[in-house]
Amino acid sequence: MSGNMNLTLKVWRQKNTKTNGELVDYKVNEISPDMSFLEMFDVLNEKLITEGKDPIAFDHDCREGICGMCSMHINGRPHGPLQGVTTCQLHMRSFKDGDTIVVEPWRAQAFPVIKDLAVNRSAFDRIIAAGGYVSINTGNAQDANNLPISKDNADEAFAAAACIGCGACVAACKNASAMLFVSAKVSQLSLLPQGQPEKQSRVINMVAQMDAEGFGSCTNTGACEAECPKGISLSNIARMNREFIGAELGSEKY
Amino acid sequence: MSKLDAKIPEGQLETKWTKFKSSVPLVNPANKRSLEIIIVGSGLAGSAAAASLAELGYKVKVFCFQDSPRRAHSIAAQGGINAAKNYQNDGDSVYRLFYDTIKGGDYRAREANVHRLAEVSGNIIDQCVAQGVPFAREYGGLLSNRSFGGTQVQRTFYAAGQTGQQLLLGAYSSLERQIGMGAVQMFSRHEMLDIVNVDGVCRGIIARDLVTGKLERHFGHAVLLCSGGYGNVFYLSTNAMGSNVTAAWKAHKQGAFFGNPCYTQIHPTCIPVSGDHQSKLTLMSESLRNDGRIWVPKQKDDQRKPIDIPEEERDYYLERRYPAFGNLVPRDVASRAAKERCDAGYGVGSSKMAVYLDFTFNMDRYGKIEVTKHNIHNADAATIRKLGKEVVKEKYGNLFDMYKQITGEDPYEMPMRIYPAVHYTMGGLWVDYNLMTTVPGLYALGEANFSDHGANRLGASALMQGLADGYFVIPYTIGSYLSNEIRTKAISTDHEAFVVAENKVKESINKLLTINGTKSVDHFHKRLGKIMWDKCGMARNEKGLKEAIEEIKSLRTEFWKDVRVTGTADEFNPELEKAGRVADFIELGELMCVDALTRNESCGGHFREEYQTEEGEALRDDVNFAFVSAWEYKGEGNFELHKEELKYENIKIAARSYK
Ligand SMILES: Cc1cc2nc3c(=O)[nH]c(=O)nc-3n(C[C@H](O)[C@H](O)[C@H](O)COP(=O)(O)OP(=O)(O)OC[C@H]3O[C@@H](n4cnc5c(N)ncnc54)[C@H](O)[C@@H]3O)c2cc1C
Ligand code: SF4
Ligand code: FES
Repeated sequence: MSGNMNLTLKVWRQKNTKTNGELVDYKVNEISPDMSFLEMFDVLNEKLITEGKDPIAFDHDCREGICGMCSMHINGRPHGPLQGVTTCQLHMRSFKDGDTIVVEPWRAQAFPVIKDLAVNRSAFDRIIAAGGYVSINTGNAQDANNLPISKDNADEAFAAAACIGCGACVAACKNASAMLFVSAKVSQLSLLPQGQPEKQSRVINMVAQMDAEGFGSCTNTGACEAECPKGISLSNIARMNREFIGAELGSEKY
Repeated sequence: MSKLDAKIPEGQLETKWTKFKSSVPLVNPANKRSLEIIIVGSGLAGSAAAASLAELGYKVKVFCFQDSPRRAHSIAAQGGINAAKNYQNDGDSVYRLFYDTIKGGDYRAREANVHRLAEVSGNIIDQCVAQGVPFAREYGGLLSNRSFGGTQVQRTFYAAGQTGQQLLLGAYSSLERQIGMGAVQMFSRHEMLDIVNVDGVCRGIIARDLVTGKLERHFGHAVLLCSGGYGNVFYLSTNAMGSNVTAAWKAHKQGAFFGNPCYTQIHPTCIPVSGDHQSKLTLMSESLRNDGRIWVPKQKDDQRKPIDIPEEERDYYLERRYPAFGNLVPRDVASRAAKERCDAGYGVGSSKMAVYLDFTFNMDRYGKIEVTKHNIHNADAATIRKLGKEVVKEKYGNLFDMYKQITGEDPYEMPMRIYPAVHYTMGGLWVDYNLMTTVPGLYALGEANFSDHGANRLGASALMQGLADGYFVIPYTIGSYLSNEIRTKAISTDHEAFVVAENKVKESINKLLTINGTKSVDHFHKRLGKIMWDKCGMARNEKGLKEAIEEIKSLRTEFWKDVRVTGTADEFNPELEKAGRVADFIELGELMCVDALTRNESCGGHFREEYQTEEGEALRDDVNFAFVSAWEYKGEGNFELHKEELKYENIKIAARSYK
């Protein structure tokens, strides 16, 4: 079912990490409002392939807003104009016939461009490897219901754990800070009894890794929260700051 | 005749696993350090196995094609995970979970494996909670459960509609911990393109670094394929865009038998196809069938809006055909019933290939309860509906939002339109009780193997199986193999077998890039999907399957003559990745049709139109088909069938009835 929207796209093209990139103009026609933003890119790529040109590389996998792979900076906003929606869940009905849409990759020193719109986010994995876990080997667990957890704490931990690791928070921040991402994991584990034994080392090690990766500092402007597709709250950053200060002082109290 | 030995331990069903565990040979810690294990895949099965094996001291390498192990498709599972904890005191037990799974699988799974799965199910929940997985809880602080289709107890643990995400992030955190400690080496954005056998034993893989395009050789004393399911052979499915069969298929071509390839699960409640541009389908969780009623108009081609069609002119066909289970019949039954109505001309929506899933009845029911609870007298219909909507929102809010985002329609006001879609593949690499394939040293875990679910998987049991395989089964069963490997020195990747394997991969990549035909990879994938959906989908028959086999053969020829793959081999090239995957899907598609054609019965997800009762129910043939089909690759388009007979010693085989 083809549609009736004709659009101009300005898309970032960059051959690889070492080369410079530029915005290139493309026309796409007969776009249906029911298409997702990535399906519109599929149409464009199909056209480029038939013309014998190099299709645009972009990251995507689940296309249902949960894997965190898709990552387009659309008209100056990570994941585009809607709040609480990933790029793959954005649909063309959010645009008008005749629109010009600018599409760029995430911009951050710690997220180098691999090609076109795909960037390298492995810094996030290394931050988790530095402490974003509970040290429990397989087979060591006690019966799950021996550890009652208040529903409020469990719900709050879940809300923080909903982060999909997409990196929109970093892309939204003028300093490319990763505080929202890191604080979501720190919060999840510090709200739960399982996370208590390693509470102090966790926050110190994860923050150290975050700094080592070259993410910028947080100046509390809240752009990250506004662009986060999963509604991760700024209060997580406040919690992490408290934990960090407490941990640096080596005290349990804060 | 059969080369298959399932290696099921002797003894009583209930004690097989315990005895196995206490008698399996062990590897001492010093030797573990020199044993290397390769794991392909970082989903629930792969991450859980990698973390557990590294904790034991083995040297582990993990590969995944996404940019991070956390993005494996397990992340998308919505509804929940089963475990026989009996926390609800509603009579659940290991035996009941075992029994429900065998029956749900239409008596086509192995008793010993399924019993083991039920036995370890409780440990999975313990392990996940200990990792900090935030499961849903009750106000008293204990874990909450919901119920799923095909069972009469509440044994499903969940984390809102994001259970898979939370379980995977738990396993991923354990994996990252081992990576941080240097015990696991992680290779993201890498795709395994072949296994390497030395003297008939699997000793490694060839992988492509997807960023640089460089081919790499990796040695392992054992290789574990945890590469997920192959639902994307249908092009449209609820799987992620990158989900593929390549790892399993390459292994198949090197000697690993493929088990029950035709057993496909078509999930009844998905958002219908909206147009040719469609790239994937989205699941609406099975839990919705608790509160949604499924219907179509009684009149063909009814143009009225659903809300304008009066009650007596609606056909609640599941409630009509299956009064005992109603809207909660198992997935295979619900899917076929929807197809039957649409094929008969009663479908709704612009494509006429959809049915309604309607929440108004239950919204009003909940509304009335709310009115009573809050002592509101003489409440009007609008107030009742409003209060009921709130209740439904609390339960399914995120799913309703997702539906609205995709379709542009508000399901609180209009019934959802749904249609069945490809969701899960019960088939996969044949494995024995140890999870080893027919190639020594090569294992398959999670959705990539064929075990445990028979011909139909019950909801919330794939997550259970993936984690059981990874956390609790493989750490034991691999010992029986590796204990004999302690004297095997690491084989140099300069060994001829590695050179040959790499050259073969290189050649096939070059071939794809030099065809320079006229049609895109997606073009071929879509055509394959259409053949599979039309002729090897929800209903199959001899004539259609024979046609499909011929069509797929010619599609394969055309693909290798006319596909256009842009770019080069030594760069980040998603088109090239897709091309390789589609080439493998085409070959697999043929085998699926061959398997479906051979199985002259209907069971679970495999419905042969020739084999049905007068009422249109599946007609199983236990005399002739109580076996696992394990296919051996014998060259292009040539497969030999081996049968593993299924013996039911503890469960009495019976016809499934949901009437
Ligand atoms: C939308 C959806 C909802 C679901 N909901 C539920 C549910 O509620 N309950 C339930 O029990 N089940 C559910 N399932 C099924 C369940 O999620 C899957 O069966 C299960 O998660 C599969 O896990 P896995 O570890 O086997 O594979 P996956 O999680 O698919 O992981 C596959 C891994 O293999 C890697 N890989 C694949 N090929 C290669 C290659 N060639 N080279 C390198 N790496 C490779 C991938 O990168 C990935 O890391 C759902 C499935 C879907 C699609
Ligand atoms: S905090 Fe939000 S924006 Fe940042 S990575 Fe997580 S989900 Fe994405
Ligand atoms: S593609 Fe998975 S979140 Fe968008």
